[in-house]
Amino acid sequence: MATLQDFKTAEKSWWCPGCGDFGVLAAMQKALVAVGAEPSTTAIVAGIGCSGKLGNYINSYNIHVTHGRTLPAAMGMKLANRDLLVLAAGGDGDAYAIGMGHFMHALRRNVNVTYIVMDNHVYGLTKGQTSPTSESGFKTKTTPKGSIDRPVHPLMLAVSAGATFVAQGFSSWQPQLARLIQQGIEHPGFSLINVISPCVTYNKVNTYDWYKKSLTNLEEDPSYNPHSRTEALARLDATDELVCGLIYKEESVPYEDQVPGFREEPLVHQNWNVDSETWNQILANFD
Amino acid sequence: MIAWKIGGEQGEGIDSTGDVLATVANRMGYFVYGYKHFSSRIKGGHTTYKVRIANRRVEAAIEKTDILVALNQDTIDKHSHEVNGGLILADSAFKPVLPEHIRATLIPLPLTEIAKSHGSVVMRNMVSVGASAALLNLPAEPFLSYIESKFGRKGPEIVKANQDALMDGFNRVKDEYGQVSQLTLENPVPGDRLVITGNDAIALGAIAGGCRIMCGYPITPATDIMESLIKWFPLVGGTVVQMEDELGSMSACIGAGYAGARSMTATSGPGFSLMQEGLGLAMMAEIPVVVVDTQRSGPSTGMPTKQEQSDLLSMIIGGHGDGARVVLTPSTLEESFEDGHEAFNIADALQTPVIIATDLSLALWSQSIDRADLNGPAVQIDRGPILSGEDLQKLGEEVFLRYQITETGVSPRTLPGSLGGQYLATGVEHQVNGKVSEDPTNRVKMMEKRLQKLEGIHAMRQGVKWEGPEDADLVLLGIGATVGAMREAKDALAAEGHRVAISWLRTLSPFPVEHFQNAFKKAKKVLLVEQNATSQVGLLMRAAGVYDDNRISTTLKYDGVQFFPSEIIDAARPLLETYAEVTQ
Ligand SMILES: Cc1ncc(C[n+]2csc(CCOP(=O)(O)OP(=O)(O)O)c2C)c(N)n1
Ligand code: SF4
Ligand SMILES: [Mg+2]
Repeated sequence: MATLQDFKTAEKSWWCPGCGDFGVLAAMQKALVAVGAEPSTTAIVAGIGCSGKLGNYINSYNIHVTHGRTLPAAMGMKLANRDLLVLAAGGDGDAYAIGMGHFMHALRRNVNVTYIVMDNHVYGLTKGQTSPTSESGFKTKTTPKGSIDRPVHPLMLAVSAGATFVAQGFSSWQPQLARLIQQGIEHPGFSLINVISPCVTYNKVNTYDWYKKSLTNLEEDPSYNPHSRTEALARLDATDELVCGLIYKEESVPYEDQVPGFREEPLVHQNWNVDSETWNQILANFD
Repeated sequence: MIAWKIGGEQGEGIDSTGDVLATVANRMGYFVYGYKHFSSRIKGGHTTYKVRIANRRVEAAIEKTDILVALNQDTIDKHSHEVNGGLILADSAFKPVLPEHIRATLIPLPLTEIAKSHGSVVMRNMVSVGASAALLNLPAEPFLSYIESKFGRKGPEIVKANQDALMDGFNRVKDEYGQVSQLTLENPVPGDRLVITGNDAIALGAIAGGCRIMCGYPITPATDIMESLIKWFPLVGGTVVQMEDELGSMSACIGAGYAGARSMTATSGPGFSLMQEGLGLAMMAEIPVVVVDTQRSGPSTGMPTKQEQSDLLSMIIGGHGDGARVVLTPSTLEESFEDGHEAFNIADALQTPVIIATDLSLALWSQSIDRADLNGPAVQIDRGPILSGEDLQKLGEEVFLRYQITETGVSPRTLPGSLGGQYLATGVEHQVNGKVSEDPTNRVKMMEKRLQKLEGIHAMRQGVKWEGPEDADLVLLGIGATVGAMREAKDALAAEGHRVAISWLRTLSPFPVEHFQNAFKKAKKVLLVEQNATSQVGLLMRAAGVYDDNRISTTLKYDGVQFFPSEIIDAARPLLETYAEVTQ
């Protein structure tokens, strides 16, 4: 059984002291241990951004892709080798700006991949520009008079796009976050965990203190039913998505279990030579 | 050799009529070449399908038509000039009129009415085929057994109705126009041949070469590859994913390639532009992946159903940074099949993207091919240098270095799942252990490693092909579908006594300089035949230092219509004549 130590690398972390991403990394490592994962069968796809550095600090198979493309790459990996535990991680810009097209389709495709969005409402790596999750009026270098755009609501979008698992965590609330990631991994389908991960350098509005005051914990509300789409949407709307916990979950059969003729044995381990009988069957289309 | 053509409105069964004729003629031992004129409309819009039938290989489009089947007046107006002295079979339903200046025999037959009398207007295709068979002086029997074999599953009534419709068309021509057609085909050449397209050949190659995951986004003229694989993958346990766009297609293939599967995508110009981003990552992180660019006329949406070879530079130097990629170019069905599987061995051997540069005409038009040339089970799969879990164990204390500097530039990789082989594959510049680095010395070392690997390609395949005398007076040089037209032009010129050869590139990038120089040592004149406006192959040759201004002339075509052999002959003639003058 792998331990926390097994999922760590010797790499010195690059993040600013106090960055929320530290907490996301720690929770991911805890979740991996909790589900009994092994570094050699865990594959992580990271995006571009401060958040995307995460792959450098987890001992596993890691691919650091282009900005916004974590989800298709994660899908490709999972379909190539369905024995792997595949996680994708990236920032709010990576997910909801440049990667928005993939996000919507990954949700409805439902390949068994866990997606962790490290949401700081700002572009960290490029030194502080507005992000799709930035609130209206948010002042940055690209929005000196305050952002005019209205923010996206990724959780409501996810629930309505056909997501089968949607949760939100807060990097400071470690036990819950680790648990949510664990549940996401265990969910047989695509799981989204949007994590509030404050940027201490470029976001002076949505700070730790601000979140602690604004967030409500769904787990403390026994009346909340995470299996109802309408209830999930209503609660997200009412709280402006400032909730933590499991938001929505439904019965799910992952994509790879529904592909006609797709086998249990991972593609990468199969014998790829085509036998004569199959070959002739294919060629019969042409005579 | 006979050229038959059918024309009408898109969606009126033109394709099925041509397909039946081509398939049956092929079964009878003839070589066929079937090609279409179509537009981006589903129903309506003028469309034609032409089938050339011969007792030797045919792989080019020509202007002339011997038999024209017209389902509307539009077809007669647009195409009767091709039928000089030939026959025009027309549906009498539209009261066909032959333009005055046209010298052709009009054969009006109530095609639609006959079809209806057998149950449905849909069977007009069978009536047309039957009538055409009679005009071609072919026996009806092979057509009847074709119907039996294709429709057998649908029940005896369907088979009989189609057969009756076909016979009705056949007999009406025999009875009413018995002597009108003097056309005869040479004796067939029996053989075990299939009718496939270049897209089919690539898809077959891919499946034989171990490709088991295809992620793509539909685009003419590449979509068939995706659709064929969707049909066949369940037989071998693979999957096709229709992605949200080509950015996703490329990234998904990279993910699968990193995990160790053989993944591919297929697209055309606009989609290829979107893939440039991902190609950069695959080159940097050294991940094998195969991309097919079925070129069509651009830029932008251009003429999406028309032929062109104008993405070459985009494939070779397009994208950001100094990218290390291999570009292959097939020019026949056999080569399309070969590249379809070889691309995967090359991608795995060199750990970099391999692009197959094909074109609309090669990709879409059907031709006869020997079954023996499509030997899937005999394809060798070589996965390149991979360290297994056991190999890793043997390393002992030594750490696995994913991007270790080697003699060839290729470093053994590990696949996720192998214990102790974990590493970071990143688009950021990295060190031998995969960790990121901006150290100048490291950067240079890694850049050189990635570029150096590519040279390995020239030992793996012959980059330049040649047919004809080594010291020909004129060499026609081209790629893709143009080569078929070049071959026919060469044969025609050779029949007149000229010493003409043809040559075509098999590897476009890195340019096979040595192969080229060896092949062209004795060539006197070269006519570069390209289907684009800027002579992109010429530019590549200049960059490679093999463009000799004294020897090379160029003929370019960018009107969307594939080269006819006659056009190449016209361009070649003055060069042959000047040569004759010089030697006199
Ligand atoms: C195609 C492309 N466009 C732009 C960039 C520049 N870029 C790098 S990271 C980034 C945004 C990062 O924001 P986010 O995803 O929220 O990550 P964070 O740094 O906040 O964790 C941008 C625009 C890039 N790398 N690639
Ligand atoms: S800039 Fe912000 S997001 Fe980036 S490391 Fe610093 S605190 Fe974290
Ligand atoms: Mg951000």
